[in-house]
This record gives sequence, structure tokens and C-alpha cells, in this order.
Amino acid sequence: MIFLTRKAEFSSAHFYWNDSWTQEENERVFGKCANRNGHGHNYTLEVTVAGEVDPVSGFVVDLKELKDILEREVVSVYDHRHLNYEVPEFKATIPTTENIAVAIWRRLDGRIPNAKLHRVRVYEMPDLFADFYGESTYE
Amino acid sequence: MSEARPIASLSRRYHFSASHRLHTEAYDAERNRAVYGKCNNPHGHGHNYVVQVTLRGPVDAETGMVCNLADLDAFARTNLLEPFDHTNLNTLSCFADAVSTTENLAIEIHRIFANCPHARLERVHIEETGNNSFDLSGGRSPALFFMS
Repeated sequence: MIFLTRKAEFSSAHFYWNDSWTQEENERVFGKCANRNGHGHNYTLEVTVAGEVDPVSGFVVDLKELKDILEREVVSVYDHRHLNYEVPEFKATIPTTENIAVAIWRRLDGRIPNAKLHRVRVYEMPDLFADFYGESTYE
Repeated sequence: MSEARPIASLSRRYHFSASHRLHTEAYDAERNRAVYGKCNNPHGHGHNYVVQVTLRGPVDAETGMVCNLADLDAFARTNLLEPFDHTNLNTLSCFADAVSTTENLAIEIHRIFANCPHARLERVHIEETGNNSFDLSGGRSPALFFMS
């Protein structure tokens, strides 16, 4: 099994807000991130896929094809957009780094030929990132 | 039944600068020099350390977070940056009887963040320089390796 990681970048605006809370409560929990005018980041996405090396091509996946999938499924939807207003999965879900990683997993899972999605890592900035491996729990 | 909640990991990198000297009373001067080389310089030397802590848990349905970053940063400021930044590691109580290697530093920092009340610690990764890094995983902190 070989793990292969491809990076992509997108720049987006967002803010954190829970509609069921008061303004004070949102500001207390989310601080500056609750500013309704939004703010933005240069996000870096790292997608790791796992698979076996094809004996003929020598590839796990065709990197160009993986690049095109990331572009089509994620970058073209997120880049230079306001995540809260323009990306459907964040209409009712706060676009935290954790939730962005989960959303990207759901966009990519099952769409990569010949390889299994292993990890989605999203850097909001170089000192902060979230990882998602597709795991979930029932309460 | 409530909905399944995704389990994610959040990693945050902190930076501090400190001096240290690798030396153990268990060895004589010659053996200290042989084992620790330049790091045994009696006057010490220093590094810009990077500490990357990874916390893991369910993404909270109300906040969308594994851990509130403001809480984590406040914890790190009080328990990591204030005690360690711009210090000589050898003068700190945790290194009174243990060599200030980055392995031992990782154990001490793992112990600190294992007590962070905001989320479960998954991993501590420390970069001593751009070329050396150390990782410690798991929820339980090992004991510091004390000099015999």
C-alpha cells in the first residue's frame, strides 16, 4: 500500500455564527471570527489517498487526474468564494477548519479511481490545521 | 437517535526559543563530550522550538469545533509559552534530574497537554531544528527518563 498526497490551495471568506445563539453568545464563543462581515484565509488542502501501484503505469493514481478532481470538486467551488453564503454545505454548518475537512472528505470520497481516500488535511494557516479520516461516532 | 458526529483532529503549532545543554552527572566529562558532542558545550546553546499539538475528538454540533482555539491558545500560553519561552531549559524544575533532550522535552510537554481540559491529546510533535523532530502519541504520558 502506498500513500500519495496532493496539495491544492484556495482562498475564501467565512465567519463563525450559530443562528440559535444570541449575538453576545456568538461573540463570546467565536471571538473575532463572529464578525458578520467575514474575514478570509489562504487555505492549503492536502489530500492523501492509499492504493496499490499499478504494475503497468507505476502509478497509484494519475496525479493529473487527482489534480483535476480536486479542482472540479473543491477548488472551483471554494476558491474566491464566501463559504457561508456561496457553498451549499455551509448554509447550515459553520465553516470551521474541522467542518471544512469533513465537507471536503464528503466531496471526494468514492470519486478517486483506483485509490481509497485516506486523509483530508486542511490548513487554515501554517500554524493551524484539521485532519479528517472519515471517522464518526453515534452519541 | 442523534446524528453521527464526525471525529476530527485539530493541530496547532506553537513557537518558543530556549537554551539548553546536554549533560548528565552519570557520565564523566570525557564521556559527556563523547556522547553529546557540541551539545555538551558548558555555556549552552539554543533553539527555536516548534511544538505541534494534535487534539482529537467529535466535532461539536453547535460550534463546529473539536476544541475552541481561544481556550487551547490560552492554555498553551499559561502552561507552555510562559514557562518555557526565553528560558534555559536546564534551570526548569522538570529538568532538574533529567537531561534536556528533545525526547524528554516531548515527554514533559505531552504531560502538560494531556491535562488540557478542552480536548483529548492525540500527539505531540516537536521540532528542535528544521532537521530534527520528535513525536509522542497516545493519551498517557510516559515518565521522564531520570538520571540514575
